Amino acid sequence: MDANDRLTIAGHEFRSRLWVGTGKYKDFAETKKAIEASGADVVTVAVRRVNITDRSKENLLDYIDPKKYTILPNTAGCYTVEDAVRYARLARAAGISDLVKLEVLGDERTLFPDTAGLIEAAKILIKEGFIVLPYTNDDPIVAKKLVDIGCPAVMPLAAPIGSGLGIRNPYNLKIIMETVKVPIIVDAGVGTASDAALAMEYGADAVLMNTAIAGAQHPIAMAEAMKYAVYAGRLAYKAGRIPRKLYATASSPIEGML
Amino acid sequence: MANEIQIQVNGEPRGWREGGTVADLLSDLAVAAERVAVELNLEILDRKDFGQRSLCEGDRVEILGFIGGGCETKGESDGRER
Repeated sequence: MDANDRLTIAGHEFRSRLWVGTGKYKDFAETKKAIEASGADVVTVAVRRVNITDRSKENLLDYIDPKKYTILPNTAGCYTVEDAVRYARLARAAGISDLVKLEVLGDERTLFPDTAGLIEAAKILIKEGFIVLPYTNDDPIVAKKLVDIGCPAVMPLAAPIGSGLGIRNPYNLKIIMETVKVPIIVDAGVGTASDAALAMEYGADAVLMNTAIAGAQHPIAMAEAMKYAVYAGRLAYKAGRIPRKLYATASSPIEGML
Repeated sequence: MANEIQIQVNGEPRGWREGGTVADLLSDLAVAAERVAVELNLEILDRKDFGQRSLCEGDRVEILGFIGGGCETKGESDGRER
């Protein structure tokens, strides 16, 4: 992989353009192997009550070394501005950085973001010095508003979380990529490698996924597939694809034919 | 022997000794202080104050840490999804 093709967000530099979640794996050993196979250097985690009744249980951070990976806490499961802000503050208190993947969800069935709540929560957290990476809808206007209030990147969804539907609205994503001048991380809805490659070919700066890897029949193999898909998509984007045309253009010369 | 008081830890009632601090509680529970956030009666504590903050009757303590999570996760610190 090209060592110079780094992604920088608010002074944090990332090697990998594939970011992965750490939920839904069979166990921590599988989580660790899948993350290694994916080549990701950013992993998302959730903030929850520590199990104090059974302390024999292992800790995720025994398997994922915070010195090796950027730990990106999220506010998953939060449906109100107050909850999201509370969880973000707890994440900062438990962790080591000001980074937070901000989620304010609007509905349990679709897990679509409540974008009005998202903007409100982002404003509060940015004022408190957080680096807010907002999980948002594929709405170019909301993406722009998030950037205007100080988000150093935006994370529009490809499709509902865990749906595996792939990119439902490529044109909106393209508009976001054209109109918003901060890194775009396509987050949620990826189903398989081609979805990830497509997101990168459109010009996404990174892709974040969890279920597509953890829920695959062979998560570690899928993690590796995603690594190459993101890399290939990135290279293709930088290489510049040919325009689509309705009719053929011969690739072999006519000259020299009998 | 210190007086026994009642506090709540992660939603569960728990007997505690008067004068015992947040740091004492974490150590009793075998929880590594550097990996958790502690909320005392909805106030998030600074880690460096764990040793100074003693717990009083009726205090509500929440101890939170990082678990496996992607986009949307529910459940308690074991990396499983609901």
